Amino acid sequence: MTIQIPTPQEIMAPALAGASETMVLNMGPHHPSTHGVLRVVVELDGELVVNLAPDVGFLHTGIEKTMESKTYQKAVVLTDRMDYLAPLSNNLCYALAVEQLMGVEIPERAQVIRVLLVELQRISSHLVWLGTHALDLAAMSVFLYAMREREQILDIFELVSGARMMTSYIRIGGVAYELPADFLPTVDALLQVMPDCIDEYEALLTGNPLWLERTVDVGVVNAEDAVALGLSGANLRATGVPYDVRKALPYCGYETYDFRIPVGKKGDNYDRYRVRMAEMRESVRIARQAWERLCAMPPGDFMTHDRKVAPPPKQEITHSMEALIHHFKLWTEGFKPPVGDSYVSIESPRGVLGCYVVSDGSPKPWRVHFRGPSFINLQALTHMAKGRLMADLVALVASLDPVLGEVDR
Amino acid sequence: MDNQTLLKHLRDRFGDAILATDEAHGELRVNLRREAYVAVAQWLRDDPALRYTFLENLCAVDYLGRTPRFEVVVHLVSMQHIHRVCLKLGLPEADPTLDSLTPIFPTANYQEREAFDLMGIRFTGHPSLTRILLPDDWVGHPQRKDHPLVEEEIAFTFNQDRIYAQKPFAKE
Amino acid sequence: MGIEEKAADLGVVTTSLEHVVNWGRTNAMWPLLFGLACCAIEMMGAQSANYDLSRFGMEINRASPRQADLMIVAGRVSRKMAPVVRRLYDQMSDPKWVIAMGDCAACGGIFNNYAIVQGVDEVVPVDVYVAGCPPRPEALIDGIMMLHAKVQREKISGVKEAPITLQHALLQVDVAKK
Repeated sequence: MTIQIPTPQEIMAPALAGASETMVLNMGPHHPSTHGVLRVVVELDGELVVNLAPDVGFLHTGIEKTMESKTYQKAVVLTDRMDYLAPLSNNLCYALAVEQLMGVEIPERAQVIRVLLVELQRISSHLVWLGTHALDLAAMSVFLYAMREREQILDIFELVSGARMMTSYIRIGGVAYELPADFLPTVDALLQVMPDCIDEYEALLTGNPLWLERTVDVGVVNAEDAVALGLSGANLRATGVPYDVRKALPYCGYETYDFRIPVGKKGDNYDRYRVRMAEMRESVRIARQAWERLCAMPPGDFMTHDRKVAPPPKQEITHSMEALIHHFKLWTEGFKPPVGDSYVSIESPRGVLGCYVVSDGSPKPWRVHFRGPSFINLQALTHMAKGRLMADLVALVASLDPVLGEVDR
Repeated sequence: MDNQTLLKHLRDRFGDAILATDEAHGELRVNLRREAYVAVAQWLRDDPALRYTFLENLCAVDYLGRTPRFEVVVHLVSMQHIHRVCLKLGLPEADPTLDSLTPIFPTANYQEREAFDLMGIRFTGHPSLTRILLPDDWVGHPQRKDHPLVEEEIAFTFNQDRIYAQKPFAKE
Repeated sequence: MGIEEKAADLGVVTTSLEHVVNWGRTNAMWPLLFGLACCAIEMMGAQSANYDLSRFGMEINRASPRQADLMIVAGRVSRKMAPVVRRLYDQMSDPKWVIAMGDCAACGGIFNNYAIVQGVDEVVPVDVYVAGCPPRPEALIDGIMMLHAKVQREKISGVKEAPITLQHALLQVDVAKK
């Protein structure tokens, strides 16, 4: 089986030479339904898509190169801006990779906080996906509902970190600050309303004949092709492959949480929709369990006590010379992980997010590479859209849920 | 599947292709001769006892000042056995070429193009090895260590006049 | 104490043409539906129910630049994207305004490297800069209000105000000559 992914030049060349009967249409980089700055070069025969090539790179930011010029702690800030719908997942992936490199032990409570926040982030990311996906298929009200709940989640992030989106809250060694006092009640309020809200979205869409018309049997991928194309996340699970890094190679103690992996059957748009909706419900369950654990834990343990990695608390600096030196060394020079490399993958809202860090023993990473799930998922677009109508392409891009910041990095 | 079983399988089959192996953070890393790379990957994918069908990550690292200078790192995952293995291939500075994995793993397509674009690794047998993230007319491979980050001077109040005098502000 | 009060009693409003034109422009300013990166998500947030940008007559995003008055550059502009941004700007019909939303669009932000244009003002003339990474929806709304106030002050002659008020005047360099 061979799957061809053409380049834009390959599609445009025959058309520019006037040697083809088909029409070449340029969709993007400024197009309302490409979810950012994706350019898709489509070869059309009437309304049918004959061939298609995604052209990426319009948001190439040089994040990996820039990280090489920052110390390990300061590079956390750059990871936020990659997948900007799930900054905390990026933080987590990078932090885990560096922690693995250094062999730092993370306190139990910090792990639970991470899990809780990352699951909330998954819900908020899926909400944006749901809103924009529905908006692309002309269902305006779902967007307004989804953004309403998203604001509630962003308020929680603002509460813990002071920033709505780019929190940089998960740091190497734990999380940045202690949780504020009203964190737990606020999360509780959200987790109480969330299942009903998901019911509300489903009531609008799941049985809606217009929605079914646009999603069922559109963009079918079978399991074998999905694995060969490297699809991950909900896009892979919709084809029936129950691969979730949280279950397969658990991190942050995910093996101790009770949750299921929703899978689809056909791998069409509708299955991807159902899988993500079910994932949101599972995320609420995981978040609830993490919330219960946090309630039972005394406050305080949010960062590792290894003073070579984590800065000492303010009170300690005022009366301990060692603490002051550690603080000074940490923020001027940074810490030095041992020479070596480490690779960690986590389940971000979009799929398998991997981080490969190489250390040469200096305070700055020698090389950081991110395996962006959106970047790799986007390759499946050609395979899915061939032979479909042009209108389905819009639904397909939305259904794949690419975040262009992560595609281009 | 654990690392030792896999390593034994690999040694039995491709003993002379393995340059070095090590285990770090619970992950087996195998340094391969680049001639055997595609054959090993294909065998890892197709062998019914292994089934490393999911190419998770492919990236290139520039170890400037070391021989071989470049290294391509590939992570393969077996979804059946829930195991990940890392293949590493050293490439010399004079000839950073490697056989392409794209015919076996279609997912390698973009990742190899990215490695070509940013690091200048040439993958022979790739169907269309062109720039992917940078514009087509870009010169150089920015992720190489000898390529500067190209930082521009930051304007503060004390140097603002000088910088703004040179900054190409756009007109209507 | 003049004729205008008498006229108002009769149901007639007197004003200057300049004022009424600017009033019309501010109250139906259509932004271009154009998001680049993270800031675009906050722009979406500003348009959704909680912040409700439509209170200011700004809810209709036009996907076609020919129908838009305002370009909100929401996010980092890469070197590959810069010509596209300029083309979109050129396609917009006059009068047109630009808001550089976020630090990346204003000055390159934290990405001072080979890939990112250090400020979108190298590509298109900017009217209002909104700081933040990303700016909160309130900040964007504040920037839009600031632009509205600026448009209110515009002269009928079509001469625009300087893009930003600093102690020292900005020196403009002709790109074509370089």
